[in-house]
Amino acid sequence: MMNLTLRVWRQKNAKDKGHFEEYKVKNISPDTSFLEMMDILNDQLIREGNDPVAINKGCKSSGPVAFDHDCREGICGMCSLYINGRPHGPDDEITTCQLHMRKFKDGDTITIEPWRSAGFPVIKDLVVNRGAFDQILQAGGFISVNTGGVPDANSIPVPKKNADESMDAAACIGCGACVATCKNGSAMLFVAARVSSLALLPQGKVEAARRAKAMVAKMDELGFGACTNTRACEMECPKHVTVSHIARLNREFLSAKLKD
Amino acid sequence: MAEKLISKIPEGPLAEKWTKHKAQIRVVSPANKRKLEIIVIGTGLGGASAAASLGELGYNVKVFCISDSPRRAHSIAAQGGINAAKNYQNDNDSVYRLFYDTIKGGDYRSREANVYRLAEVSGLIIDQCVAQGVPFARDYGGLLDNRSFGGAQVSRTFYARGQTGQQLLLGAYASLNRAISKGSVKSYPRHEMLDLVLIDGEARGIIARNLVTGEIERHGAHAVVLATGGYGNVYFLSTNAMNSNGSAAWQCYKKGAFFANPCFAQIHPTCIPVHGDQQSKLTLMSESLRNDGRIWVPKKKEDVERLRKKQVKASQIPEEDRDYYLERRYPAFGNLVPRDVASRAAKERCDAGFGVNETGLAVFLDFSTAIKRLGKQVISERYGNLFQMYEKITDVNPYEEPMMIFPAIHYTMGGLWVDYNLQTTIPGLYAIGEANFSDHGGNRLGASALMQGLADGYFILPYTIGDYLSHKIQVPKTDTNHPAFEEAERKVRERINKLFSIKGKETVDSFHKRLGHIMWEYVGMARNEEGLKKAISEIRALREEYWKNVYVPGVENDFNQEIEKALRVADFMEIGELMAMDALNRRESCGGHFREEMQTEDGETKRDDENFMYVSAWEYQEGAEPVMHKEPLNYEFVKLGTRNYKD
Repeated sequence: MMNLTLRVWRQKNAKDKGHFEEYKVKNISPDTSFLEMMDILNDQLIREGNDPVAINKGCKSSGPVAFDHDCREGICGMCSLYINGRPHGPDDEITTCQLHMRKFKDGDTITIEPWRSAGFPVIKDLVVNRGAFDQILQAGGFISVNTGGVPDANSIPVPKKNADESMDAAACIGCGACVATCKNGSAMLFVAARVSSLALLPQGKVEAARRAKAMVAKMDELGFGACTNTRACEMECPKHVTVSHIARLNREFLSAKLKD
Repeated sequence: MAEKLISKIPEGPLAEKWTKHKAQIRVVSPANKRKLEIIVIGTGLGGASAAASLGELGYNVKVFCISDSPRRAHSIAAQGGINAAKNYQNDNDSVYRLFYDTIKGGDYRSREANVYRLAEVSGLIIDQCVAQGVPFARDYGGLLDNRSFGGAQVSRTFYARGQTGQQLLLGAYASLNRAISKGSVKSYPRHEMLDLVLIDGEARGIIARNLVTGEIERHGAHAVVLATGGYGNVYFLSTNAMNSNGSAAWQCYKKGAFFANPCFAQIHPTCIPVHGDQQSKLTLMSESLRNDGRIWVPKKKEDVERLRKKQVKASQIPEEDRDYYLERRYPAFGNLVPRDVASRAAKERCDAGFGVNETGLAVFLDFSTAIKRLGKQVISERYGNLFQMYEKITDVNPYEEPMMIFPAIHYTMGGLWVDYNLQTTIPGLYAIGEANFSDHGGNRLGASALMQGLADGYFILPYTIGDYLSHKIQVPKTDTNHPAFEEAERKVRERINKLFSIKGKETVDSFHKRLGHIMWEYVGMARNEEGLKKAISEIRALREEYWKNVYVPGVENDFNQEIEKALRVADFMEIGELMAMDALNRRESCGGHFREEMQTEDGETKRDDENFMYVSAWEYQEGAEPVMHKEPLNYEFVKLGTRNYKD
């Protein structure tokens, strides 16, 4: 069992400047997940905030910490904590919800912050607005087909290698770790994952150039930074989406520009 | 009121019903579609596919989800695959066989006509997904690959590694994004529906809470589509996402929509066992693992003891001392029996004292035979991400030691009652996907939830809702100043204020956990009359305590996750009670509903077709016990049988 000190970012709303608060949590099992540890912290904060003795002593509770989470099995992309200076914490190819406390030691101090990026304004505490990702995909992250009237699935053969590579890129969960870790706040890996996944398939090839152009333009418009090939995004991607997809995006983007 | 339960199943031969029905229902012209508004609640496979398809058709669609993006919906977590009767493997699959397997898998408690239609459109779903760019697994020739799933003897499951739900949802979400970009769909993320608004008995809008600002909003429409998934989180610990809840459906029930077969909940056999009191949710290990994994416990009690004390590793127990109990009990299907059968068999072994971890609540899922036969590389290609996920959670490498698994709540077959058109008993209110009850009877087969969500959203609802809306083309846009909206909003505000005003001692989560314990103990894998009666009285007492002693911190007009949970848990307590009442009424064992009083000598379910071949549809009564109505199930085409997975 572990006792830990947590330094947690607290921010009332988008306009508030925000600050760190320090909390102690006790008797945390190494088998507990990081978010379960956050549940324990919140239970504690709710009880403290409701404790008349503590309130009489002048204890001002900021209430439970707001954080995004949902599936808790590493696939929905909702969880988004910056833990000890790394998106999703001190383990590779993992989301925060899959991080377990066995990665920490008794007595550790853990710093927990929201994603910090111009593209992701803070809503409250550790919760950020990632609506920009939806907007980028709305700009062109699709194949233009309506429901119905499509050919039989097996009438479109796809080389296994391409299908596999397309799947590698499609594994992106849209969590935003790539943006959060990038010193430029660039969303290139996110955009590239979608562009590349579709460009690798004959169905998606048809409008690949147009798609790349529209999505990159939207990314720029929404205040994400430029890519300077530091590869930090690839290092922190919980789904191991690689920068090779950025190369494919660049090819599609250039070919679109050449046709202009 | 029973006259409301008209299933509207078309006449004629099974294979012609849907075609004939489509030809007879009315359509709406493009010019009129532009005048009509539809609200879709939820953006999982059902909601996203429906909203996108309706938008493409030209309707004005508003789509709501509780997450920060439609892509987070819990369909994303489905791992193993999606069934379709393509017969690409030449193993004699057909629409009829998929239909038959689903009816049988559901233990003869679903509607023939609905299930046949589901099988009929299954092939179209795969075509649609491929056209959207879903990267399904392929063979070297470039064509699609398949695998097997529980309850079937053919390979009809299409998959994208262990992330099929994710890929299908991203496909539907991409179509939704396209419709949003064209302006036909407007998206409302971080919004939660808190009530349904009826005008003259018809669904004409919703009251929603903006989860960022806490504002209460009114939204009107000509029809409302509920695609909000199931209510498995009644049990607190389940494989559902933390935010999945039954509240939207429950509010519709309280506005008059009948709730069908609430007691049919699916317990999935292959989940990672509970590690302790601090646990918040359970993680599923895909059913696809049972293609290559073999389930066993030791034959000898002394080996069990040594395992529990960690004096021996599973891999050290010799082959002859292992009891592959599914292969032993069900030779024909072996490890691929349906989920309810596999779950009960695990419980039986653990109850007999053969559970392999300290809690006694775990069995092994072993890949060593498959690794020997196929090599580590092939296994890694098939299940790599699942193995990685398992290792991250448990710190055990499943390439070397078998996984430990135990059953957990996963899915609810029950839901809002709908007719053949997917319309509830409230005109203008539709329910699709897991939110309705219609296709899976007493037990859902693996890889069929994805199939149903997309069938409903892409190919069924867009046709059937047109029939209703064709009568509404003269109806003007809904006025959200109508007294019905005033009244609904007032009640929502009252409920929220009431929760804040209690200022009790206990947290919302602590009540939810206690509810979960009651549900798992008495309304879980095995149920009996005494336990169910106890569950009902304990839930009632807990609910009373909740409304006196819950503490909800913070304020209403803020991003406040505690009030979100508090509203949902209040509803879960009512849902749990109805589940127990339904389970008490259904004095037979069928599918996932196992009444201990009704079992065969060898512990299999004993169905009672004479007395219980009906859908139980519950009608809410304010301040009184709900009334149960029966929709009889008529099997015209399938011969009723005892489910046999032995030979």
